[in-house]
Amino acid sequence: MISDGVEDEEKWLTAGIAGLQQNAFYMHRALDSNNIKDALKYSAQMLSELRTSRLSPHKYYELYMRAFDELRKLEIFFKEESRRSCSIIELYELVQHAGNILPRLYLLCTVGSVYIKSKEAPAKDILKDLVEMCRGIQHPLRGLFLRSYLSQVSRDKLPDIGSEYEGDENTVMDAVEFVLQNFTEMNKLWVRMQHQNKGPKKRTDLNHFGIGQFWHAIGLSGLLGPAREKEKREKERNELRDLVGKNLHVLSQIEGIDLELYRDVVLPRILEQVVNCKDDLAQYYLMDCVIQVFPDEYHLQTLETLLGACPQLQPSVDIRTVLSGLMERLSNYAASSVEVLPEFVQVEAFAKLNNAIGQVIEAQPDMPVFGAVTLYSSLLTFTLHVHPDRLDYVDQILGACVSKLSGKGTLEGKATKQIVAFLSAPLEKYSDIDIALKLSNYPLVLEYLDDRTNKVMSNVIIQSIMKNKTHISTADKVGALFELIKGLIKDLDSGGDDEMDEDDFKEEQNFVARLVQMLYNDDPEEMLKIICTVKKHIMTGGPKRLPFTIPPLIYNALKLVRRVQSQDENASEETTASATPKKIFQILNQTIEVLSTVPVPDLALRLYLECAEAANDCDLEPVAYEFFTQAYILYEEEISDSKAQVTALYLIIGTLQRMHTFGVENRDTLTHKATGYSAKLLKKPDQCRAVYACSHLFWVEDQDGIKDGERVLLCLKRALRIANAAQQMANVTKGSSGSVTLFIEILNKYLYFFEKGNTQITVASIQGLIELVTTEMQSDTATSDPAADAFFSSTIRYIQSQKAKGGSTAEKFEPIKV
Amino acid sequence: MVLVLAIGDLHIPHRAPDLPAKFKSMLVPGKIQHIICTGNLCIKEVHDYLKSLCPSLHVTRGEYDEDSRYPETKTITIGQFKLGLCHGHQVVPWGDLDSLAMLQRQLDVDILVSGHTHQFKAYKHEAGVVINPGSATGAYSSVTYDVNPSFVLMDIDGLRVVVYVYELIDGEVKVDKIDFKKTSTATI
Repeated sequence: MISDGVEDEEKWLTAGIAGLQQNAFYMHRALDSNNIKDALKYSAQMLSELRTSRLSPHKYYELYMRAFDELRKLEIFFKEESRRSCSIIELYELVQHAGNILPRLYLLCTVGSVYIKSKEAPAKDILKDLVEMCRGIQHPLRGLFLRSYLSQVSRDKLPDIGSEYEGDENTVMDAVEFVLQNFTEMNKLWVRMQHQNKGPKKRTDLNHFGIGQFWHAIGLSGLLGPAREKEKREKERNELRDLVGKNLHVLSQIEGIDLELYRDVVLPRILEQVVNCKDDLAQYYLMDCVIQVFPDEYHLQTLETLLGACPQLQPSVDIRTVLSGLMERLSNYAASSVEVLPEFVQVEAFAKLNNAIGQVIEAQPDMPVFGAVTLYSSLLTFTLHVHPDRLDYVDQILGACVSKLSGKGTLEGKATKQIVAFLSAPLEKYSDIDIALKLSNYPLVLEYLDDRTNKVMSNVIIQSIMKNKTHISTADKVGALFELIKGLIKDLDSGGDDEMDEDDFKEEQNFVARLVQMLYNDDPEEMLKIICTVKKHIMTGGPKRLPFTIPPLIYNALKLVRRVQSQDENASEETTASATPKKIFQILNQTIEVLSTVPVPDLALRLYLECAEAANDCDLEPVAYEFFTQAYILYEEEISDSKAQVTALYLIIGTLQRMHTFGVENRDTLTHKATGYSAKLLKKPDQCRAVYACSHLFWVEDQDGIKDGERVLLCLKRALRIANAAQQMANVTKGSSGSVTLFIEILNKYLYFFEKGNTQITVASIQGLIELVTTEMQSDTATSDPAADAFFSSTIRYIQSQKAKGGSTAEKFEPIKV
Repeated sequence: MVLVLAIGDLHIPHRAPDLPAKFKSMLVPGKIQHIICTGNLCIKEVHDYLKSLCPSLHVTRGEYDEDSRYPETKTITIGQFKLGLCHGHQVVPWGDLDSLAMLQRQLDVDILVSGHTHQFKAYKHEAGVVINPGSATGAYSSVTYDVNPSFVLMDIDGLRVVVYVYELIDGEVKVDKIDFKKTSTATI
């Protein structure tokens, strides 16, 4: 049945067009023979087609356009005085004899247009006449099109400033009155469409079906139901809205309307109609229209009036979009030229907008949270464009948002996305995070986000800092910053720890670590305060986070030590400054100790050794010794994995080798322990290598470095014994001798110290080793090892090149036979 | 002409937040044929970043590296040259050229690339070349004061290798180059 309706409409439209064209044909014939009377008769018949109620707006428009074309031709005829054989005033009377009111009025408007052009009467009188007479059509659809026709034909005949129709009697005010009245009436018709009774149409429908289907039709039409009907009407109304909006467009084109006239007459009248019609569709469209059509300067100057209308609108109107649209226009206006900015200040734009939004929110207590946030977002964008230097405004907006959010609990869904965008806007605008930190309400807004969104925001904040490469330079700012990003720093109270993917967690914490690198101040005192502030915050992170966040802090502190160290060397007396190396090392010690709660002994050991070396550079022997002690304890008690032990041991040996601050006793204790650890490693080759590495502990190339040739040799011999033992083990367990690589390595170490001038290394011992290697490699049970062969060859080549060097080196190496 | 990037000791995120912007803009994908990395990246993101610059990525393990599967040493043959790679914390004394030369002999390579000291070095001796690309981020080192960010680009062409070192000094990138020629009898 419904599809039948559409088909029927097509039929009616075709019939209407046919009727129209037929009458138009006769009308033209009459015009050709200058038969006014007949022409008018046929034109009236033609226009009668527009009396139909059967067409939807879309189809009616088609019919209307054809009539419009024909009326244009008629108008041209009317203009030629000689042809019409009567005066225009007579014509004006003549057309009013048409039988039906609709054709009558169309003809009247057409003649009226010619009348105005003839200037035989004041434009304003004719216009007034016409606009009043159109009241005769109260049917919404027909009335809208009629008045639209009136608007169209009168457009170029308004008594505007500078137009030919202006005179003593005709002023701009008359033009304005005319358009406003037409607009008002059209709006009323338009609104009435919403509540229109579609009764007549139904009766016609029912006539099409036999009595038998009468009840069936009633039943089905009842099924159309109110909701479906409403939807249909809204669709139809939307199709017609531009007809109404056109009037506002016409108003905007009237040059005679200056700011005063707009402010005192035009805008108030428009708004009056908008508010009083109490129709949400109309209100939304017209408010938007007003904002788009009139210039921005006018909006600024009439801001209060415009905004005053907003709370008076129907609650179902999407006032948010309207206000956002307004603020966007004003933002663009501000961005277009710097000169207009003072205007904004002068009209107190911000205050008015802020109030308006507040009122709207108050008036609609059921407004969903994300709606309110959208409003504040638009205001924020506006403020950032227009008053970027007014942080207090920005803060105000944040504060207003906080009050709105309070009592709503944590946000979800759409609202969180909006809030994130809302909070990111200041970060993007102000590339220096310092400024964002000054907004006192900023952290308060964050309180209302759920954990996950909090983390998202924290990430946004850190990314902003990293992107702009800003260095946060005071302890207070650092504290504020870490408060902001506390979602990343620690577990937030709201239980329910949603399982975070491990990789994501690592990424997140590494991000925080990178942030720590961005904290810097030239002044050591301030830098120390920063370090302490960071320490305080990351300590709340719990064992999962500490391995990520403590190392960067340690290194920041070590960098500070270096800076202060050079200052220390210059200052001889004890200054009252607290940023001394000693103080920093205390903090370092405490901080690394916390890692034992995780525990991560490998990491802690490395950090202790780094600190030991730093203490060494500051000549703080006891401090360095303490760090070494801690490292050794970790090695003995916590590090049991053999591979980890080997690495740890090399770090210990490497660091110890560089220590120059230790006295003989301390040094002896530590080296003794180190060589002990080396000999106790699990695998023999590892033992061997560690032990010969220890040989370097007794030979330091610095001018006052230790050069104990004997103990070096002892180490090397011990290594040799271990290598021998390894070989024998290989013979027993694998049936073949193991690799000779260890021997070659030891040989190289012999050569190293021989070259450095260790007198305990004799040519004989070197020769003996060379022979040992050669024998081993040629023995029957030897496994072929090309790497070892290559190593040996290159070693031999090295000896040869040393011999070829000449001078004392050559002399030294000469006795070695290869 | 084969371009090899030697880079290492970035220590991201413990000691440095990121590569210097000027280096990042210079290192674009598709220009380099191999990357050899001495170690101490330290996190996966850095590995992925280097991999995006060039799929042929070789890394040896530094003591802070998150990934413990990197090898202690690695040898690669590129053209006529044999390159050896090792982080360097295993070679005591740290930074000692003679000890490094021993490692070079042991790996039997023409060019040994190692790091750990964060100080750029390019040293030629009878048996070959020892290169330390320094720290690409200028990270703190207990061994070296005042570390400038640096990396090395080697251009291997037949028996000749040109070593370009890029250093960021006071915000400006300074380039230096050193030439090495290998005689065909497997020694430089």
